[in-house]
Amino acid sequence: MSPTPTRSRPASNVRPSADLPDATLVGWLRMMTLIREFENRSAQAYQQAKIGGFCHLYTGQEAVAVGTLGALEPDDPVVHAYRDHGHALARGMDPKHCMAEMFGKITGCAKGKGGSMHMFDKPHWFFGGHGIVGAQTPLGVGLAFAAKYELEVLGTALSNPGVDPGAPAKKKVALAFLGDGALNQGALHEAMNLAGLWSLPCIFIVENNGYSMGTSIHRGTTMADDLLKKADAYGIRGEVIDGLDILRLYDAFKPLADWCRAEQKPAFVDLKTYRYLGHSMSDPQKYRTKDEVDRYKSMDSIERLAKHLMEERRCLTPAALDEMHAELHRIVMEALEFAESSPSPDPATELYSDVLVNPMPGMSPIREYVHGEKNPLL
Amino acid sequence: MPRSEMMIEKGLTLVDAINEALYQEMERDDRVVILGEDVGLNGGVFRVTDGLQKRFGPDRVVDTPLAESGIMGTAIGLAMAGMRPVPEIQFEGFLGPAFDQLVNHAARYRTRSRGAITVPMTVRVPVGGGIHAPELHSDSPEAIYAHQPGLKVVMPSTPYDAKGLLTSAIRDPDPVIFFEPKRVYRSFREHIPEEEYTIPIGQAKVVSEGSDITMISWGATVFQCLEALDQLPEDVSVELIDLRTIDPIDEDAICQSAEKTGRVVIVHEAPKTCGLGAELATIIQERCFLHLEAPVQRVCGFDTVMPYYKLELEYLPDAARIVEALQQVAAY
Repeated sequence: MSPTPTRSRPASNVRPSADLPDATLVGWLRMMTLIREFENRSAQAYQQAKIGGFCHLYTGQEAVAVGTLGALEPDDPVVHAYRDHGHALARGMDPKHCMAEMFGKITGCAKGKGGSMHMFDKPHWFFGGHGIVGAQTPLGVGLAFAAKYELEVLGTALSNPGVDPGAPAKKKVALAFLGDGALNQGALHEAMNLAGLWSLPCIFIVENNGYSMGTSIHRGTTMADDLLKKADAYGIRGEVIDGLDILRLYDAFKPLADWCRAEQKPAFVDLKTYRYLGHSMSDPQKYRTKDEVDRYKSMDSIERLAKHLMEERRCLTPAALDEMHAELHRIVMEALEFAESSPSPDPATELYSDVLVNPMPGMSPIREYVHGEKNPLL
Repeated sequence: MPRSEMMIEKGLTLVDAINEALYQEMERDDRVVILGEDVGLNGGVFRVTDGLQKRFGPDRVVDTPLAESGIMGTAIGLAMAGMRPVPEIQFEGFLGPAFDQLVNHAARYRTRSRGAITVPMTVRVPVGGGIHAPELHSDSPEAIYAHQPGLKVVMPSTPYDAKGLLTSAIRDPDPVIFFEPKRVYRSFREHIPEEEYTIPIGQAKVVSEGSDITMISWGATVFQCLEALDQLPEDVSVELIDLRTIDPIDEDAICQSAEKTGRVVIVHEAPKTCGLGAELATIIQERCFLHLEAPVQRVCGFDTVMPYYKLELEYLPDAARIVEALQQVAAY
């Protein structure tokens, strides 16, 4: 029998998180709490009909975005699906731009055009939330391809925000986040095959919250208890990682990400997490029990990290935590106020802008298109 | 690549011209990469990319698995990161699996991100019938993609136009679908400049000037129109326009001609209903209503799936059908 080197290995005793300074861990707690507060206020704003379209909240899964992105370099490219507010914030997007985008206001990260599912922040190497399940994963492969091409063919970095012209290329990894529902989409399997075939540094992170909309993973995919077999099929190394404890998550993910970067190879992560709220804001949640939700809430990742910082690291006092909560509350309320008071896009200038560049006179259908105001995040 | 003796002596085919444009753009800009099914070792199913992998290596001319969604998505990701990918989709029917990536991603990023994320990608696709292939290998879906805002759609009919338009497409900052009419891939040769040149996307071309009837076509059907002009018994002066770019439409060019002649015939391979001819006829009646002397006529494929080769020529617009339409419009 041939060995299967792609399988997950037993957890080692290496604890990279133990070497991180207190400030980093407090920063994680702060970001996770910011996301939680941001999502709570988003839910309210949605119920008040201030946010249009759809709204998929990240509550419960915060450790995943913060822990994985915390293990990356700031210029590693990232793509995600539509539950994307947390990732945008964790990547560094200003909560004001994020909230204003959901409100459809001109001050949003995409000038109120993309909405909740389509957060973009190129300066922070966040290449978008995406509304089609699984369809973002080949884009992650392309971003990884470009990174490897820079490194091995061009030698210099491609022109991008914050990149000095002619800067030497460096070893990068691309992150393609997906939900467990995307496991059953064809695009993912094409993407994993290409990443495996071409040995591209793309990490497929399955945020496995157990449900694809209202269908539990056992009703939706084969080998639901051993998803790494799917990665095995494409020769991609896989790991199962606990997403409810950010320290364990980081300790498992950081070495994997470092390995992908060093070896320039793909990886697949079955990242076990749980969402506290419905799939979207309109979800009767008949597919699970309140007991189940409560059981996961009792293992809340934010409370767990706060307890660790106060009782084990002893780098956070209850008073400092209260102060942090008050500050984050203020930041989110300011974001709401900013979104609320920002103007809507002017149809005269924005309706037909940014469809194509180079508007040409006398030609249909782009005759009336104009090039929009410069995007604040361009 | 240096031109062969045949090319020097007799000119370039459409395939030669596209190959030359790809070669020159890859020489000029090392961000240009080609990816597709059998584009490398085999040089593509129609040999359009022949010799490019040998010259530029497997990192820049990439053989992919049969996975159109993966190819298109990867190309979009490359373009988002600042590359200039030129994916090849083997036949127009195989755009189906890549439709989601093209229409739901590539076409929309500039708008969705308000200009922050763009997709400078050129998708090369052989298109149309006339080579005895079955459906999915003989279709003309240009109107489907022209309907989607955010995509540009190009379809040259001659080697000269193909080279200039492909060069423009690769340098274009937005996604361009570059349809290559396979019926004329090798049907004739043309002497074209060896040095690089561009033809602006969005400009139609007057193939032959005339004063009585405007005839608009594009792709391989342009040559059926020329054949019809040869066969037309009446002494009628027809102005033939090759649209060259499907989207954006060169409204000024077609309306100037329609205003001059007052009579218009549109010829395309795609099925009639909701084909591009419907859009052109509407533009003409919107802008030139008082100049029109006759209803705009359409000579199209039929509203059916492209038939297998025994019936292929029944389906495709031919000179006889075009002549009939020209006579009807002239006599109205």
